[in-house]
Amino acid sequence: MALASQKGRLIAVIGDEDTCTGFLLGGIGEINKKREPNFLVVDKNTSVPDIEEAFRSFLKREDIAIILIVQNVAEMIRHVIDSHVQPIPAVLEIPSKECPYDANKDSILRRAKGMFSAEDLR
Amino acid sequence: MSGKDRLQVFPSRMAMAIMKARLKGAQKGHSLLKKKADALTLRFRQILKKIIETKMTMGEVMKESAFSLAEAKFTTGDFSHMVIQNVNKAQLKVRSKKDNVAGVLLPIFESFQDGTDSYELTGLSRGGQQIDKLKKNYAKAVQLLIDLASLQTSFVTLDEVIKITNRRVNAIEHVIIPRIERTLSYITSELDEMEREEFYRLKKIQEKKKKIRALEEKRKAALRESGIEMKEAPNILEDDEDADLLFTD
Repeated sequence: MALASQKGRLIAVIGDEDTCTGFLLGGIGEINKKREPNFLVVDKNTSVPDIEEAFRSFLKREDIAIILIVQNVAEMIRHVIDSHVQPIPAVLEIPSKECPYDANKDSILRRAKGMFSAEDLR
Repeated sequence: MSGKDRLQVFPSRMAMAIMKARLKGAQKGHSLLKKKADALTLRFRQILKKIIETKMTMGEVMKESAFSLAEAKFTTGDFSHMVIQNVNKAQLKVRSKKDNVAGVLLPIFESFQDGTDSYELTGLSRGGQQIDKLKKNYAKAVQLLIDLASLQTSFVTLDEVIKITNRRVNAIEHVIIPRIERTLSYITSELDEMEREEFYRLKKIQEKKKKIRALEEKRKAALRESGIEMKEAPNILEDDEDADLLFTD
């Protein structure tokens, strides 16, 4: 843990091909010594258990501080995301190319909504 | 009622002093915790507001990035396979710092560059400008997302801590302080009761003594009447000598 924070930690991405490409070009991709990538490209052939497993393995890895997940993929494994309550790694839902961002689906914003009135959200 | 939920103490003045000290301590703790909870809630609301703002901005930034990706694809052709295959070492990493709010450590992420750009040559033949723009856009997006992630982490941590603090405040306010107060009132009532008992006992003894004295007076008066002078009590020391009982020879 101490070592990981000293060396700097990674950002993981789970998303469609385009989103992954974009973020990888942004320079966050890494393949570690065990040849495990820190991203997962989800296409229409990727099954839900596969995504779930990848997500869980990202949660377990100590060198990952932030997990970015595309919202429509997040919808598929919503129960896993909701059961993750630790602050680190932080799970962020991002909009994908096809689906615009829907604030109502976000786990955090849903929690936040209970505390704020409707006007504050706009 | 009062006998049910109170601390097990022996009702004495010392126990009362101790209880009073404890009550004072509990009240102090309560006010301090309340202040802490207020400070945390203040911070919490700020963070919440920032999160909502940033999430909205994120939508815009992501849209822009996706658009520039489409632009780049249009000029360069499909390069995503190449990009995905060529992943090696991350050049953008995050470090976490700690921020202290009212004794609660909040992690703050900050990004830093590490190593060189491994996609330097992507789009060398054509579309280099678009790719450059794309990289910049996504770097911006990543920056924003890192900010958002630290906000979100703080949000989750604070949420937890606020819950704990509020639970403590309520426990002190509704359980501990009433219990101490009940104990105090129990001790006070018990002490009062003891004092009353003592007073009653004294009165009773006084009464008894008075009665005995009156009887004595009466007896003396009767003796005087019958002619026996009882000016003073007979002195046992001036009596005729007692015969030795033990050392007789």
